[in-house]
Amino acid sequence: MPKRTDIHKILIIGSGPIVISQACEFDYSGTQACKALKEEGFEVVLLNSNPATIMTDPQMANATYIEPITLQILERIISKEKPDALLPTLGGQIGLNTAVKAIEAGILERYKIKMIGANYSAIKKAEDRKEFKKAIEKIGLELPRSILAYSVEEAKEALARLNLPLIIRPSFTLGGTGGGIARTEEEFERIVSLGLKNSMVNEVLIEESVWGWKEYELEVMRDAKDNVVIVCSIENLDPMGIHTGDSITVAPAQTLTDKEYQMMRDAAIAIIREIGVETGGSNIQFAINPENGKMVVIEMNPRVSRSSALASKATGFPIAKFAAKLAVGYTLDEIRNDITKETPASFEPTIDYCVVKIPRFTFEKFPEAQDVLGVSMKSVGETMAIGRTFKEALQKGLRGLEIGHCGLDDKIDSRNISEQEIRRGLSEPNASRIFFIKYALQRGFSPEEISKISHIDSWFVHNIKEIVELEEEMKKMASNLRLESRGIEELPAELFHKAKQFGFSDRQIAQIVNSDELSVRRLRKKKGIKPTFKLVDTCAGEFEAYTPYYYSCYEREDESRRSDKEKIMILGGGPNRIGQGIEFDYCCCQASFALRELGYETIMVNSNPETVSTDYDISDKLYFEPLTFEDVMNIVDKEKPQGVIVQFGGQTPLNLARSLEKAGVPIIGTPVSSIDRAEDRDKFARLVKKLKLCQPPNGSARSEAEARRIAKRIGYPVLVRPSYVLGGRAMRIVYDEDSLREFVKEVVDFSAHPILIDKFLEGAIEVDVDAVADGERTVIGGIMEHIEEAGIHSGDSACVLPPYSLSDEIIEEIKACIQTISKELKVRGLLNVQFAIKNDRIYVLEVNPRASRTIPFVSKATGVPLAKIATWVMVGKSLKEIGFVKEKEISHFSVKESVLPFSRFSGVDIILGPEMKSTGEVMGIDSSFGLAFYKSQIAAGQSLPKKGKVFISVKNDDKRDIVFIAKRLFDMGFEIIATKGTAKVLKANNIPCQRVGKIKEGEKRILEMIEKGEIDLIINTPSGGGGHSDMKPIRSAAIMHAIPCITTIQGAQAGVNGMESALKGELRVNSIQSWHKEQRFQRISNEKKGVEVLF
Amino acid sequence: MKAKLVLEDGLAFTGESFGASGESCGEVVFNTSLTGYQEILTDPSYKGQIVTMTYPLIGNYGVNDEDVESFQPFLEGFVVREYSQIASNWRAQKSLSAYLKEKGVMAIEGVDTRALTRHIRVKGAMRGVISTEDLDERRLREKARSFPALMGRDLVREVTCAQAYTWSSSREGETRGRWRVVVLDCGVKFNILRELVKQGCEVRVVPASTSAQDILAMKPDGLLLSNGPGDPAGVPYVINTVKQMLGRLPIMGICLGHQILALSLGGRTYKLKFGHHGANHPVKDLNTDKIEITVQNHGFCVDIDSLNRKEIRITHINLNDQTLEGMEHRYLPIFSVQFHPEASPGPHDAKHLFRRFLKMIEEYAQAHRHS
Repeated sequence: MPKRTDIHKILIIGSGPIVISQACEFDYSGTQACKALKEEGFEVVLLNSNPATIMTDPQMANATYIEPITLQILERIISKEKPDALLPTLGGQIGLNTAVKAIEAGILERYKIKMIGANYSAIKKAEDRKEFKKAIEKIGLELPRSILAYSVEEAKEALARLNLPLIIRPSFTLGGTGGGIARTEEEFERIVSLGLKNSMVNEVLIEESVWGWKEYELEVMRDAKDNVVIVCSIENLDPMGIHTGDSITVAPAQTLTDKEYQMMRDAAIAIIREIGVETGGSNIQFAINPENGKMVVIEMNPRVSRSSALASKATGFPIAKFAAKLAVGYTLDEIRNDITKETPASFEPTIDYCVVKIPRFTFEKFPEAQDVLGVSMKSVGETMAIGRTFKEALQKGLRGLEIGHCGLDDKIDSRNISEQEIRRGLSEPNASRIFFIKYALQRGFSPEEISKISHIDSWFVHNIKEIVELEEEMKKMASNLRLESRGIEELPAELFHKAKQFGFSDRQIAQIVNSDELSVRRLRKKKGIKPTFKLVDTCAGEFEAYTPYYYSCYEREDESRRSDKEKIMILGGGPNRIGQGIEFDYCCCQASFALRELGYETIMVNSNPETVSTDYDISDKLYFEPLTFEDVMNIVDKEKPQGVIVQFGGQTPLNLARSLEKAGVPIIGTPVSSIDRAEDRDKFARLVKKLKLCQPPNGSARSEAEARRIAKRIGYPVLVRPSYVLGGRAMRIVYDEDSLREFVKEVVDFSAHPILIDKFLEGAIEVDVDAVADGERTVIGGIMEHIEEAGIHSGDSACVLPPYSLSDEIIEEIKACIQTISKELKVRGLLNVQFAIKNDRIYVLEVNPRASRTIPFVSKATGVPLAKIATWVMVGKSLKEIGFVKEKEISHFSVKESVLPFSRFSGVDIILGPEMKSTGEVMGIDSSFGLAFYKSQIAAGQSLPKKGKVFISVKNDDKRDIVFIAKRLFDMGFEIIATKGTAKVLKANNIPCQRVGKIKEGEKRILEMIEKGEIDLIINTPSGGGGHSDMKPIRSAAIMHAIPCITTIQGAQAGVNGMESALKGELRVNSIQSWHKEQRFQRISNEKKGVEVLF
Repeated sequence: MKAKLVLEDGLAFTGESFGASGESCGEVVFNTSLTGYQEILTDPSYKGQIVTMTYPLIGNYGVNDEDVESFQPFLEGFVVREYSQIASNWRAQKSLSAYLKEKGVMAIEGVDTRALTRHIRVKGAMRGVISTEDLDERRLREKARSFPALMGRDLVREVTCAQAYTWSSSREGETRGRWRVVVLDCGVKFNILRELVKQGCEVRVVPASTSAQDILAMKPDGLLLSNGPGDPAGVPYVINTVKQMLGRLPIMGICLGHQILALSLGGRTYKLKFGHHGANHPVKDLNTDKIEITVQNHGFCVDIDSLNRKEIRITHINLNDQTLEGMEHRYLPIFSVQFHPEASPGPHDAKHLFRRFLKMIEEYAQAHRHS
């Protein structure tokens, strides 16, 4: 069937902010869909609240709405844009759920919008546990025995019929939020009640556990003519019971015979037909009993998913792109396979390599959370590695994870771990389980025993054993050579080559044979052991491939071909983590787009399967490789690029910059030495001094005593942290000497770098500035003022662009600072500077001569593609040539708000501080700060209320200002609850309010009220010193119960303004394309009126 | 033990043996299936060929007694990137290596199978030698060159059954079905027999050399021309037999059987550059306009333009290269497919063709009773 002609305008809903289990894989799928549909001549309307995404770039859609993803907003957009169709299957669970709600609310019917991709009944059938069960049983397949419950009482009845342990899965949630395994009745009750709360429909499935079974996934595609293909099979190394997002997974399935695989394939096809997914991709999960092969169906996602992103990268088959084309009427045989060109998409990819995906965890950020994996997803990112064998891919993946391992190496000496600890490490799934397998093998456990304890298939354990055995062999060989006083140069080439084929990195080999990475590298090259690059081609070499998507291995034939074109290599950010995520992928993609526009050949290097940058058509060449010195150098040796860009991928490529430069790699943009001057605190202090700027008093300490001395000198509170970190890792505000001692103790083995101690400026206003410079000229991209009080990591705090409370003098001074810094550091490319302003004095907190996390936000807010401009600058264009010589004036407001993962980590103290904890961000845009702030709060999932109770507790300085705010709240009909001091002021001003005691005075009533959901808004501006003790429990409770909590008086003003406007009328929606158009007009009118001051 | 694989054009690979030792010649082909090595090893159609698996990890799930497609492997050799030292599957009975040694099949691991595959893709399938005895590449190349090519050779007689037998398998139970189907064994895969039994047939397997007269004497309700190795032009006697039976009973052809049928209907066949060997081939059924993912294993192909369209209708087309995948006679109860509806290994998308055959048998029987 050809393209549908009855639709012209299609609405796509994105997945909103990055949260655990819904990450940038949906930017990848959404971007593919937008591109595919535009290519086909459709008009695309996009709704996504996440400004960091590539899909919200203005070129990706015809109208891009960076607005909260709610039903109300969706309806506004629909009534304004009047799309013909809605494609709901590419924006993760959020996109799907919003579409379902829109149907249920009759919106689609009202506006005569067709749903394409999946229909309502199919979504219901797949997502509603009861209907799913019925459907599966109808086609003769089995599910684990289960019962649905809608209340704790009902659930208890189920206990009589099912046997513990039981798995509890809430319906309609993300990544198993609120689910868990109950082994005891107490656990059961707790998880059920949590699950009921988390489910959109108050429903939980209680399921007999298939814990320890083997877990598989199939990625299935179906077209309108009922053609079905399986794109990829995935086998989880981890058994059932560990969320698949937290599992190490392998493609294709390794331990199924053809008979068993075909049975699963048949089941998958029967399921997609029975559920009725008309067109597009689905993901179906199965469990298999390792004892007898019994197969049960676990679940189905009637949409593209994390696994489909992985499957696309693992096979070269772009599921989301094809899903979009199928949704508009094409059939699989009408779509060409981009890679082979000659063959159609209606085939099943076959691969000739092994793919391993490894999740990345951040338990170190949440020290109170237990490092135990279960059915609720906890990982924040992942890396994928391709190798010719499982062993090679696993080791490449482990070094690509960037957690300090250079493969399956020894971080700890297994002799120092007790057998009991090893057993626990194997039986209780945790982030380091793969290393526990190694320790167990080193301690003489048999693979069978390990497999029995861990439920990890012995095939995987045996392969790990082969790695361990080869390591032993190398160790022995090296020590023999030493005994005979011969050098490692005499290590037999054959053994060396085998080690490389097993995925050992040079650094890992260096550790084993007691040498250093560079020597091993030199020796390896001397012995002629060089990597070969092979193609990912969907067809195992059967057809010629035209898409240069490479991975390295140590084989005989190298397929990569160097072209004569001028080429620039872009180093990506590797696996997502807190502090380094999609924002950097945005920058890398922009760089590639910018360079391709200028005719350069672009080479992308990255290891993150979720990203847009690892889509094979973003760059001219894609190397899916770990971002380590060795792997990058191998590609540099092969491609000999004219330039390498390190400033866009976050800390990952920056950490490589010095060693790459030393190895002669042409790094373009800001000199590496300047990056070092900004990153190294001592050099930075000298820089600040030289430029006669001001920095909070500080010092760096290499011992506890020194730390105490410095802290005493500059005075508490102080901000302490290890140097060279990203996302404020291990950064803390310390108020006294005891806490300082504690901190030093924890950090001691953290790194070789000293501990940095800065004076913490309480009550300061923080400001973030992004700028771009060409070596001559520096132009401000945007100035952002933080809405929260100082001391909260910039990645976690809300900010507004343009600033709303800074005086013109301060802003001018900030701009002058930027010019000075940029000039001194010879910035060519992006520059980000963080300031704190206290008592009209400007302090420079941090200078980052590289892409910052806020680049995409600023670009969306101003319409200026900063990353692109910076890229052009890096290859020699001047800002003048580009036409960007003046900061863009904007008259609308954009607010960035962050989204936090605390609900994932039970038992974690919910406090924001200098260490970044958020996973994602949203943006609110509107004509006033109040409305923009209001929207940002809705988008972040904590809508400002229209009625109800407000709790107010402010510090003395704010007491005067709060009166006006409280009055307006009261006039809007809010009931006001206040602490003693605040209440007194309010009453004195004739604002009725109820008084509650302070927590530190033993009064817990306010906490109870928050927990019961009686409070709808919190305004709490903490005073330094004692105030923060009350703030902690209140903020924790607020975040846990999703109650908006405003911590500055400026924020409160903004919030109240927003609430008033929202009460008065409807929220308006505007595409960013129209904002940037309207702007010109407004600026003219502003010139006539003079500058309109909103706050 | 070291082993060498040398192609007739001199391309040589050194690896380790994980099968029988000795020396073996054959046409080197590659198979792109991810699973099903045991079925591939026991598929008699690989007689005369050395099979390279493009999927690099082989042996992972061992070998069991159930997943065999014939009484023994007939292929000349097996080439993989990495042989798995461990077999992990609840049905595994022995390791692949033990099985290959027991069956005398030469196998080599440690080969850059992708390089080999690409070489074959570009240069075409060619002869090669695997040896553990002689590691001299020049000598091995000469041996590869002196080995007779597949064109025109009769490999069927080396794989067909010596005597007729009735298929019975404890798993399928019943041997007495409603319909009697004779299978002309050119190297039949057991799963064809299993599928026929599942359809309620009594299955009589006869040697490829059985005459039309003898077959008709068995009073079969239908005839199935099986898959098999090599060049259909190498078995003129089978073509002759089939010619004599056209129109006398319903006939279904699979793979070599399809090619033989085409030849007996006056068509021509030719050798493909490197053949189709895999489990992911998209085939369009022109009757329904739907796509089936099929299993294929053939080095020769029916020339789509050689068929007499007045008599023969094209029913299936390969979407990758537009070659003929299936045909039916416009007037006689005859149809055939180039791919393998019995799967094993591979997708089950085309299994319904056995039902179609049965329906054809039923209709034919009904028509005959009336007349």
